[in-house]
Amino acid sequence: MSTPSLRTLALAAATLLVGGYALAFFYAPIEAEGFIQKIFYLHVPLAVVALLGFILAAVHSIRHLRSGDGVHDARSYVSIHISVVFAVGALATGALWAKGQWGVWWEWREPTLVSFLIVFLLYATYYPLRYSIEDRDRQARYASVFAITAGAFVPLNFLAVRLADPFIHPRTFSSAGGLPGEMLLAFLVCLAGMALLWATLVWFELASKAASGDLAKLRRALLPSEQPPPAPRRAVAPAGVSAMSTDLGDGAGGRS
Amino acid sequence: MDPVLALSEAEGYVAGAYLAFAALLLIYLAIMAAKLARIQRELRELAESTGAPQPPKPKRKAGRASRAQRREVEAARREAQR
Repeated sequence: MSTPSLRTLALAAATLLVGGYALAFFYAPIEAEGFIQKIFYLHVPLAVVALLGFILAAVHSIRHLRSGDGVHDARSYVSIHISVVFAVGALATGALWAKGQWGVWWEWREPTLVSFLIVFLLYATYYPLRYSIEDRDRQARYASVFAITAGAFVPLNFLAVRLADPFIHPRTFSSAGGLPGEMLLAFLVCLAGMALLWATLVWFELASKAASGDLAKLRRALLPSEQPPPAPRRAVAPAGVSAMSTDLGDGAGGRS
Repeated sequence: MDPVLALSEAEGYVAGAYLAFAALLLIYLAIMAAKLARIQRELRELAESTGAPQPPKPKRKAGRASRAQRREVEAARREAQR
């Protein structure tokens, strides 16, 4: 099966997102909560895709530990990076919704919010952990173990929150009726668009890292006498791209 | 607080949420664009230092020249006048 190009993926993501938000604003009805409910079409897809991304990172990490192939480590790393960015978006949009709906930016008694924050903070420690290890092989292995453990925590956390009672945060996928048809359609299109955006950004970042790695390899091959540039203090790249470069530390990893 | 916000107040929060997402995305893309520009620059430098044919410079849209380009043109003009 051939893989779609980055441009195709980006176009599909843009189309679905534009279509999804057009449906959300012009087709889906305004329900009892009022116009502020439109944040739901942004906030929930961001949170769902971020959590799925964390789980996918765990799957890549399992493959990395099984095969020792650094490509899977790089995929896991980039998946976590983009998911952390999406989680920041989910937290920010959720805080805005909470302020409008509940009158507070944050509600510590709500298990959904607190558990999502715990997951986010857990993954925020991925980078310090990763870059505190100098040896690349050990770094990749430890990061994979971390990603698997944290990834296993995500569905457990989701279940625990579902079982929690009482709660005030609305439940999107509940057994009690769920969403009306028009809202469900808009939501699903937005969710698909957000998932494609996530995939596009992961692909884009992987391509960028591969290009950067190829460049470093080329430099070493063409200018063997040249001293390699001093490695950034925390930059020990995932093995899949680290063989090619020391570029990973500046930007992707640390800036989310 | 009234559970159903007035439309104007709700609009502010909804706009804020969507703008926050757009800003996050733009910041990410700006960081990635800067990284790609650095890769292009390093590739050009590498080509220069090895004497290999240089990779094409990124095409600029016709219109306003960059500050660096204007500075180069100005320096060339001054050199010619001397």
